[in-house]
Amino acid sequence: MQEERQEARALLLMDPALKIVIVDENPVRAAILADGLREAGCVDVTRIEETTSLLARIYSLDPDVILIDLENPSRDVLAQMFQVSRAVRRPVAMFVDQSDTAAIEAAVDAGVSAYIVDGLKKERIKGILDLCISRFNAFARLKDELERAQTALSERKVIDRAKGIVMKLKNISEADAYALLRKTAMNENKKIAEVAQSVVTAAELLK
Amino acid sequence: MTDDTMRIGFIPLVDAAALIIAVDKRFAADEGLAIELTREVSWSNVRDKLNIGVFDAAHLLAPLAIASSLGIGHVKVPLVAPFMLGLNGNAITVSPGLYDELAAAANGKLDDPEVSAQALGRVVAERRGRGAEPLTFGMTFPFSTHNYQIRFWMAAGGVDPDEDVRLVVLPPPYMVDSLASHQVDGFCVGAPWNSVAVKLGIGRIIHFGCDIVARAPEKVLAVRAAWAVNRAGVLERLLRALGRAADFINDPAREDEVVALLAAPNRVDVAAEIIRRTLNGRMQMALDGSSRICADYILIGRDGAARPEPAQAAWLYAQMVRWNQAALAPDLLAAAKACFRPDLFDAALGRAAGAKLPHKLWGSVGGFTGPPFDPDDIAGYVQASRTRDR
Repeated sequence: MQEERQEARALLLMDPALKIVIVDENPVRAAILADGLREAGCVDVTRIEETTSLLARIYSLDPDVILIDLENPSRDVLAQMFQVSRAVRRPVAMFVDQSDTAAIEAAVDAGVSAYIVDGLKKERIKGILDLCISRFNAFARLKDELERAQTALSERKVIDRAKGIVMKLKNISEADAYALLRKTAMNENKKIAEVAQSVVTAAELLK
Repeated sequence: MTDDTMRIGFIPLVDAAALIIAVDKRFAADEGLAIELTREVSWSNVRDKLNIGVFDAAHLLAPLAIASSLGIGHVKVPLVAPFMLGLNGNAITVSPGLYDELAAAANGKLDDPEVSAQALGRVVAERRGRGAEPLTFGMTFPFSTHNYQIRFWMAAGGVDPDEDVRLVVLPPPYMVDSLASHQVDGFCVGAPWNSVAVKLGIGRIIHFGCDIVARAPEKVLAVRAAWAVNRAGVLERLLRALGRAADFINDPAREDEVVALLAAPNRVDVAAEIIRRTLNGRMQMALDGSSRICADYILIGRDGAARPEPAQAAWLYAQMVRWNQAALAPDLLAAAKACFRPDLFDAALGRAAGAKLPHKLWGSVGGFTGPPFDPDDIAGYVQASRTRDR
């Protein structure tokens, strides 16, 4: 949190007035990113979720910075912006400065790419890119945690069912049933959830 | 000996076949290479990850390897292409409505690209005359043979692709939807998307890419130029594995196995039947069942197709100049030619692999019309093309 606040302050000092477009099909991640940018003082943040007529939408919004996730196939559509002479302002890829390979790698690792209009100084958007990278990473962590939590939850459910089966079949207490599952798991060098799953499967087979 | 590990990026398309077979048939493993193939969703991603070293090598649009080497449109990172993964494989599909308009405007049979291009010219002029919206066409990337093929075709009918129609980049998976929702009137894309549009009854294939350009340099194996020097031994082994894979793909006895491997979910992930038809150049052209067989529809390692030829790079560079993507300069031409490396191919696979099947168009591209292409006179070629198209 403190890290984010520091980032936000740094950004605020840098450039609150940039017009930013986020192209991300993931609504949660886009919201996390947009919130971060707004907290940092970037008030003009628009998310494009529909990728039909993407270029026309971008031209009508005329942003200074375009952020797009690397898993979006529409990234190739943006490649056309470097060519079209009809465009009012020419955007360029974020990574035109070849000296900053660390920043490029961090962005690719996080899964985000940025395009900026030609002429915009690198320093003006460095804070934005840093914030994107940290928000994308935070989202990835959240997703991991959620997946782990879901796995843990489903494991607990299986263990509870197995306990119930063992209690009923062997006529023992809950604590004893759990101890038995645990001991078996240790003896067979398995996780309790795996042993529990075997018990549940076996019980279903023998029903 | 421990294996050398490599990460190679690819887009799930039939012309990634040699890479996929080299890995999945363990030809690469036989060469002591442990390869991790990574599927990507955009050419921009493949290029960027190759450029910054996340990938050691990549399945790449041939013109994009040149653009990266010249620093056009993006960061300048010199790449080299020592193996041509595929020639041809694209097709131009139009909506049934546009097909009927073209047929009505045609002086002759529409399957002749000269006739269809002239018909397109008349349709475009007629629409302009009555103040209708210009036609919109999709293609896959600014630096792609798709872009150059559809422009080549349009220009033959006197249509300026930048002024008379809208030519837009669309990711291939979105092409069919865009045609169905009338956001585009046609497109030039690789397999399987033309077939998908035909099957849905929303598109008709009007030309194969090889009708426009007989031997279009489509996809290359690209590596960073510096990597090719530093890891020369690894690259040579990779090229040998790809050579074996290409032979395997062209062995009729192996067809079922090749099709099954390519169709796998973590590879091209497309119905086996569509992959089989693509490899055999046996395509359904329209919903009414009319089909066409064309041996050159896609060439993977066959007829000397795997050996990259600097003349092909020069032709691609000439298209970049022709369509104002690149300036005309001797050093740029030299850099483009230097991107295609038959010497590395020959060193790994022997000259015989490239030369064993002399093709009348070997090393050349064979456009259906236009001035003859001379790799040593790009200025003359571009000038003659522009004058003719006007």
